[in-house]
Amino acid sequence: MNPLGNIKTIAKRELVAYFTSPVAYVFIVIFLLLNGFFTFMVGGFFERGQASLASSFFVWHPWFYLFLVPAVGMRLWSEERRVGTLELLLTMPIAPWEAIVGKFIASWLFLGVALFLTFPVVLTVNHLGSPDNGVIFAAYVGSWLMAGAYLAVSCITSAITRSQVVSFIISVVACLFMILAGFPPVINLLQGLTNNWHWLVDTITSFSVITHFEGFQKGVLDSRDIIFFLSVIGFSLFTTSVILRTHRTT
Amino acid sequence: MIKVENLTKLFGAKRAVDGISFTVERGEVLGFLGPNGAGKSTTMRMLTGFLPPTSGTVTVGGYDMSEQPIPAKKLLGYLPESAPAYTDMTVHGFLSFAAEIRGLRGDAKKSAINRVVDLCFLDSVLHQNVDTLSKGYRHRTCFAQSIIHDPDILVLDEPTDGLDPNQKHEIRQLIRKMGEKKAIIFSTHILEEVDAACTRAIIIDRGVIVANGTPGELRRKSEWAGAVTLRVHGIAANEVQAKLNQLRSAKKVVVEVARASLPSVSNSAPETNGRDARSTPAVTVTVFPRSAGDGDLTREVIAATNGWQISELRTEEGRLDEVFYNITMPDTAAKEAK
Repeated sequence: MNPLGNIKTIAKRELVAYFTSPVAYVFIVIFLLLNGFFTFMVGGFFERGQASLASSFFVWHPWFYLFLVPAVGMRLWSEERRVGTLELLLTMPIAPWEAIVGKFIASWLFLGVALFLTFPVVLTVNHLGSPDNGVIFAAYVGSWLMAGAYLAVSCITSAITRSQVVSFIISVVACLFMILAGFPPVINLLQGLTNNWHWLVDTITSFSVITHFEGFQKGVLDSRDIIFFLSVIGFSLFTTSVILRTHRTT
Repeated sequence: MIKVENLTKLFGAKRAVDGISFTVERGEVLGFLGPNGAGKSTTMRMLTGFLPPTSGTVTVGGYDMSEQPIPAKKLLGYLPESAPAYTDMTVHGFLSFAAEIRGLRGDAKKSAINRVVDLCFLDSVLHQNVDTLSKGYRHRTCFAQSIIHDPDILVLDEPTDGLDPNQKHEIRQLIRKMGEKKAIIFSTHILEEVDAACTRAIIIDRGVIVANGTPGELRRKSEWAGAVTLRVHGIAANEVQAKLNQLRSAKKVVVEVARASLPSVSNSAPETNGRDARSTPAVTVTVFPRSAGDGDLTREVIAATNGWQISELRTEEGRLDEVFYNITMPDTAAKEAK
């Protein structure tokens, strides 16, 4: 069978698994509640009087994803290893990378569904004013790509361990690094520490999801930002495949 | 169909499997025996391409498992030891997934699912979630998954584990029947299964093959093979032993005085056998042969006991459990011999 068919079969199984367990519904409800609360209460959407979602809605996403995406990704491989279905999956006539990509795509689509369900916010801002919907769309694309990058990191940590809890904690820490590398207070601290070594600070901040998400929030679909997120995903999935292979050889 | 050459697997410094070679052809059912930790599961995991071997090759239907894993895996059906199944799916959903990943679509998929549901008696739980199933049902669900694409080669790691006696019987019948057209390897530590389903058996211990043959051949390795057991009335035990010990083919004679028969003897009519019957109880004797397999001993015993009152006489076939014990527990066996 062709790789695409295999990926589709794996992804379908994974998606069905999400929606037959309570995980999906708990996740979506919490994600939407957080979004509503932070946008309207903490973000001061009404007080700003701006027909824009950047600083009241999208600005929170890197922080929501920090906890929510590892929760989605933690079971991907650790559960397979714990239950033993990994043995079943890897003795079926599919290449390991097809399984890795299939599982990743299923979870990413699921995150996409959750993100899509925030559409009432877009309706609200359109009802109250006339925002630039192109900018909003770009920010959605960026947000989804960022979620994918977090998810790919969670894939690695999930492949490392049998325990979902360990996987969750490690991936939260790893994702926190990706945020903090571009978090203004940290950048200031780094600048103070390294004096005038701008290249070093720039290198570190260029690894941050926040730096790369900023462009999308302004409505700029910069190819460098897109490539950044896609390469984080690609690299992480490759690492996952290496880890899965090492488990079997030792 | 399956060819294993010099298969070795190291876990750190431990040799889990050490240079195993064997072949399985179509129409054969190979029983894979061995104590726990002997390397059965590790061998099966290498056969199915889950674990890469440290050295050696596995060839499945002409495809090298490490060079061309995908065409090789297509020919295989595999039931892992723990019979894992996706707990978040229904039985039907799980089988449907297994069928799709084996490339079955549409009507072919439907009929494949119906076939294995019938074969494995899964009708009553078809729409139940896997994590609510009892162990037996879960096992059968995973077994159903392994035969859904009607593979030429089946690798089953303890297929009857956790089943009740009726289900065990059904599964053995099924293995035996499928074995006529497929190449099957299954591991077990239940020796009666070897008789019930295998055409050939391999005993493996500490990663090495220690015996390989048909169940009959293995049995002949037993000291019980060809032994003659008889039950004698009216003759004293030492007299019986002395007489049978003189036989040319006899290696040793074990005499057991049956206490259970005492009352029945004393109750019998006193005038028929006189004093002999009342004072000497029935004696059960086993004569072990010098070499197994020939019928000489039986003939000699019959000739020597001519005129005795014998209520039972049989030739033993040999005991697999004893062969298994002697082969896989050489240290303990040696100690007992002393």
